[in-house]
Amino acid sequence: MVNLREIKGRINSTKSTKQITKAMQMVSSSKLRRAEQNAKAYVPYMEKIQEVVGAIAAGTKDSGHPMLMSRPVKKTAYLVIGSDSGLAGAYNSSILREVQNTIIKRHKSTDEYVILAVGRVVRDYFVKRGHNVIADVIGLPDQPSFADIKEIARNAVGMFIDGTYDELYMYYNHFVSAIQNEVTVKKVLPLTDIAPSSNDASYEFEPSGEAILEVLLPQYAESLIYGAILDGKASEHSARMTAMKNATDNANDLIADLSLQYNRARQAAITQEITEIVGGAAALE
Amino acid sequence: MKTVKVNIVTPDGSVYDSEVTMVIAKTTSGEIGVLAGHIPMVAPLAIGAVKLKKADGTTEVAAVSGGFIEVRPEKISILAPSAEVAASIDIARAKEALARAEGRLQKKQDDIDFKRAELSLNRAMNRINVHEGNI
Repeated sequence: MVNLREIKGRINSTKSTKQITKAMQMVSSSKLRRAEQNAKAYVPYMEKIQEVVGAIAAGTKDSGHPMLMSRPVKKTAYLVIGSDSGLAGAYNSSILREVQNTIIKRHKSTDEYVILAVGRVVRDYFVKRGHNVIADVIGLPDQPSFADIKEIARNAVGMFIDGTYDELYMYYNHFVSAIQNEVTVKKVLPLTDIAPSSNDASYEFEPSGEAILEVLLPQYAESLIYGAILDGKASEHSARMTAMKNATDNANDLIADLSLQYNRARQAAITQEITEIVGGAAALE
Repeated sequence: MKTVKVNIVTPDGSVYDSEVTMVIAKTTSGEIGVLAGHIPMVAPLAIGAVKLKKADGTTEVAAVSGGFIEVRPEKISILAPSAEVAASIDIARAKEALARAEGRLQKKQDDIDFKRAELSLNRAMNRINVHEGNI
């Protein structure tokens, strides 16, 4: 017979786990709401900068600015955006798998690429496997401001300009909806696919188009990275919320199963006791 | 006097959005004043104050750390990595940053750190100046 007290213990421990996962789910859902707001507040800036970059790039074709020029690729950089902590379902693992597969497919030796890691999980994963992690950020707040990521964005752009690497790809989870996000790859540098903007205002450049590109392009690349990190954060919170919701649901199922088992066992014990008493009484007659 | 819409946008959201008669900004090649109906223009900004003259004669000031200004006849946009209007400047933080930058500048380090410290010194000074209104 199943031990009654043992089942009771399991029910109680599952219940307290459920309390934790439920709390984490609620925390994540409120963080997700904030993250969505941040991402929304960022849209006007991004749109504006895209528009101006497009207009200028269209106006000054063949400016020869190094950030616009493809050069022979000797080294590739991967900027991988993940999270600091786990318990977020497949949030980190799906990105890491994607990057790992790409690296295996594209590169023969570790000299051909470098990794820039955002998030502790990402950094640890690549360091452990002996990849060359040249920059990392950990401990980003849940609602990062531009100042928080300026360092890594500036480094990423700076290392492209000084020739540490010749192209930069960005891997992050794009937030589709609260229950869905997808791994997204974006080529950040060189900026070869700037869409010429539709507005045909031909600008005066003060002092010159080249001087403006000098300021504008790094700012643009940095803002692309910031946008991806905001997007990634929103996905992280949604992934964690979903994971915790699943955990809570599973805990509920488990508790229901165990309660059934517990009641059956208790009933069996009572039945047996009655049978024994009745049997004992019958023996006395 | 004719007014023009001005919008100061940072990656953390919009910090200023209003109708003004004239914008005076410090570009890398000198100060410019822009009135309504200006021809389309783009110019990179230096770390400095942006003065916004309103129709009722008052002037508002914002501290802007770099970025650029985009002028169109009916709208002026300023896009900067960071920007604050005078009232919302965190003066304690700016003073702290100033002290830190000064300390670093005295310890003559290599070029990159020196430049960085210089930039953050400029930003801090700019914020303090804008906050205290001596521009």
